[in-house]
Amino acid sequence: MSALRILVPVKRVIDYAVKPRVNKAQTGVETAGVKHSMNPFDDLSVEESVRIREKKRAPGGVEDICAFSAGPPKAQEILRTAMAMGADRGIHVEIKDGEELEPLTVAKLLKKSVEEQKSNLVILGKQSIDDDAGQTGQMLAGLLNWPQATQASKIEFGENDSVTVTKEIDGGVETVRAKLPMVITTDLRLNTPRYATLPNIMKAKKKKLDKKTLEDYGLTNDKRLKVLKVTEPPQRQGGGKVEDVDGLIGKLKELGAL
Amino acid sequence: MMHPNAELRRQVIAIYKELLYLGREYPLGYGYFRPRLHKAFMSRAAERDEDKIRAGIKQAEYVKKEIEALYYLKRYRALRKRYDSDA
Repeated sequence: MSALRILVPVKRVIDYAVKPRVNKAQTGVETAGVKHSMNPFDDLSVEESVRIREKKRAPGGVEDICAFSAGPPKAQEILRTAMAMGADRGIHVEIKDGEELEPLTVAKLLKKSVEEQKSNLVILGKQSIDDDAGQTGQMLAGLLNWPQATQASKIEFGENDSVTVTKEIDGGVETVRAKLPMVITTDLRLNTPRYATLPNIMKAKKKKLDKKTLEDYGLTNDKRLKVLKVTEPPQRQGGGKVEDVDGLIGKLKELGAL
Repeated sequence: MMHPNAELRRQVIAIYKELLYLGREYPLGYGYFRPRLHKAFMSRAAERDEDKIRAGIKQAEYVKKEIEALYYLKRYRALRKRYDSDA
């Protein structure tokens, strides 16, 4: 059984509790001065990697947990959080403020990183809560030609590098088994992520954080998608009260429901 | 001597700082959390019985765990509402 070298890609997104506002130009949502945090699904993947090590679930042990993020300079804070939770080190690919990568570019970047870090397991969030594309993990598996298990709710390790993953699917669960190396994406019920405490964040500042650029990986930020317009959802129409049964029937008829 | 047990004093300050840090994300706001936390600690600042101080630290640890659980649950529920069609 080979020792695990886990790569955990994380993304800095607008905090889940913030209500996003569409910007004036209708090209996206306002990000300046808005609270950001780690994508909640990535929280789960960091936690899972750390638990695999702590609970000694992998027969070959865990050799390395590397957190990876491509984003603006502030994405480093998210990497620190990941390291405070238990990742060994971090890699930050710096993207200029305001620029966004598309899932395919991220997948290509991760592929290069996997090859560079000699990772044999990639655990990433099933989607990010900003773009909600839910494509990166699948594209990465495709590019690497590795098996993939998406929306994992349970990960178990067996003999001879086999990994059994219980996946959440519509109306139930599905169990798949594959051999390392593989790509796993996390779903909400996989685990309960720990809170990155203040002392651990302080300690994480001593951990190694490499800074890279897209060019280091021989990539450019190509755009294949074009955002035409971003708008707020329509305002919810308020309901009305009816006096009695006749009023209800009248209203239903008026609406054409009867 | 003002502080008979420096080690306990250090522990109390450490847990206070950790709770302060946690409080920044408190649902009712930091402005709600901070004065209450301060009051809770100040009300027992004169405590000199070491066992009682230890019990106090234990209680603070418990509160810390509860707040962490609260944050987790709040986020889990919000995400479940958004992403699970049957939630």
